Amino acid sequence: MLEQQRDYVLRTVEERKVRLIRLWFTDVLGNLKSFAISPAELENALEDGMTFDGSSIDGFSRVQESDVLAAPDANTFVMLPWADSKAPEARVFCDIHHLDGTPFGGDPRQVLRRNLQAARVHGLDFLIAPDIEFFYFAPPEPGQPPRPLDEASFFDLTTTDVTGSLRKETIRTLETMSIPVEYSFHEDAPSQHEIDLRHTDALSMADSVMTFRLVVKEVAAAQGVHATFMPKPLEGVQGSGMHLHLSLFDGEGNAFYDADDAYNLSDTAKKFMAGLLFHAAEITAITNQTVNSYKRLVPGFEAPVHVSWARNNRSGLIRVPVPKRANPLATRIEYRSPDPACNPYLAFSVILAAGLRGIEQGYELPAEADANLFEMGDDALRKLGIDQLPQSLADALRVMENSSLVHDALGEHIFEWFLRNKRSEWRGYKTQVTPFELQRYLRSV
Amino acid sequence: MDLIAVFPESPPPDLVRTLDLAGYRWKGYASADSVGKAQGTENWMGAIVCTDGDIEAAWAVCRSLRKRDSLVVPLLLLVTGAQLDELTLRDELFDDFCLLPFHPRELEARLRHLFSFNAGASRPELVDYGALILNLETYQASVDGTPLDLTYMEYELLKFLVLNPGKVFSREMLLSRVWGYDYYGGARTVDVHIRRLRAKLGEEHANLIQTVRSVGYRFGQSRWGN
Repeated sequence: MLEQQRDYVLRTVEERKVRLIRLWFTDVLGNLKSFAISPAELENALEDGMTFDGSSIDGFSRVQESDVLAAPDANTFVMLPWADSKAPEARVFCDIHHLDGTPFGGDPRQVLRRNLQAARVHGLDFLIAPDIEFFYFAPPEPGQPPRPLDEASFFDLTTTDVTGSLRKETIRTLETMSIPVEYSFHEDAPSQHEIDLRHTDALSMADSVMTFRLVVKEVAAAQGVHATFMPKPLEGVQGSGMHLHLSLFDGEGNAFYDADDAYNLSDTAKKFMAGLLFHAAEITAITNQTVNSYKRLVPGFEAPVHVSWARNNRSGLIRVPVPKRANPLATRIEYRSPDPACNPYLAFSVILAAGLRGIEQGYELPAEADANLFEMGDDALRKLGIDQLPQSLADALRVMENSSLVHDALGEHIFEWFLRNKRSEWRGYKTQVTPFELQRYLRSV
Repeated sequence: MDLIAVFPESPPPDLVRTLDLAGYRWKGYASADSVGKAQGTENWMGAIVCTDGDIEAAWAVCRSLRKRDSLVVPLLLLVTGAQLDELTLRDELFDDFCLLPFHPRELEARLRHLFSFNAGASRPELVDYGALILNLETYQASVDGTPLDLTYMEYELLKFLVLNPGKVFSREMLLSRVWGYDYYGGARTVDVHIRRLRAKLGEEHANLIQTVRSVGYRFGQSRWGN
């Protein structure tokens, strides 16, 4: 089968006269990295991988072991729709190996593969459908706040025309790159948009999220617009989340579905949810990895603040969508805290690990919290045993560093590097004197 | 098209006599190299490779005849009893074999069977269904003359469907026949790929792949005219 895949890639490159093949991979922080090879090098790359110096990549090699191998995953080979038609280009995602062929600990894609394999041991496949929110702004200027398109005056077209055509073009590009779109719409905040992807297996989806972020930005940039996945770019309006619809399938079908349960949720689903809730605080640094992420996780903006679950309560961390009719295939849970600035490979890994822990150890699902938690006082919440998510990146890192679950899910290399990198991000933030402080204290104190 | 390629260049006399008596035209080749060079110009109906001389050279000739760029011709091996173990794990290199020394009537019967059987079963290079064309040689698909950008599995799924129009396949059947190896995602993987294919076929042709409720999928029209 591998031989045929290789053949398919080589023949397509030949037939379509592809000039450049871009090898894609992801660093620990979730940035897409790429280097290009010529068709002449491709056969060799597919056979043996391409050696490169990993020490230039964030979170990759330490200097003494700097050379690593990028091994293309021929299954992910696809033509790049935005390339010049006279000089076609294609991309392929890579797994990163040590020179001896063993998986490289700093490669997020391999981390996700390892965690998916752990689910496989239970006969389970992990499926994900994300709802990804983002903003369109006028090109940023240093020192200026972001300008939503409705306020930016330099567009000749009305904003609905611009953003409408941007979204249409984005969806068309995504579909040609094998990323099917379920819905898309204008969100509540000015210039905010949401595109929902159809579920696929978690590895394909992590690749798709990486591609998605690039496509949204590329398509926007081509029309002089800046697209951003920053979790909370504007004060006082909703931030951008990446709600994840999760389900597990086994040989029989949807392992989350049980026709006899009042919510159509199986025991497996409940234990998975229990695991996710129990370990939610530990994995938050990964699902919400920026200082800015925690400005989104505040009351009043449809983002979760409390560790709770409910059916149609959007203030909870886990929502169980109720389909109009019982549909075994559509039964799923929605995990609402992640934001689109996360590294999808790592976020999917820790979410799966938390859920699996619940299944393996038979965790019990706490009671549903169907009241609006934003309106309840701290005492009332405490009585119900409902905790809050970490309040800041520093909080989240403190919980994460004591988590053996996150350590094991990520592996030593990434766990250690991530904590070090993010602590330094927090230190950098803490030294800032903000406009809030100046306004509040400068005169009065 | 009625020429048979033979290795070695000067075949054993009883092989020459059998071929001549049966009325086959043939030509001897000395090595994989000379076979490779002739491949562009000659259009063989089949090949006979004797392994009793230089066996490594014989395998090289077989491999050269099976190279992916050339049309695969039916290939008969002539082997000695002592060489039978050499055939293990080389099944893809030949279609049939005959023990040396051979009985002329047996060899004739095998050649007749091989050439007629394979002639009937040979796969066409181009398969088309309405506006959709697949080139099985080059792995390319196009709709209305526009190439489709497909991933490997999308191409394999489309190929399977186009080669079996009108039949209904369950997700499980498609998984076992098209994927047939380790994949993530279970039967939902099929739905995901069908959805992608429809999107790439475009609105006008998306209905070439139909969902058959609670069964699976069907490509093209039902044979019962539904």
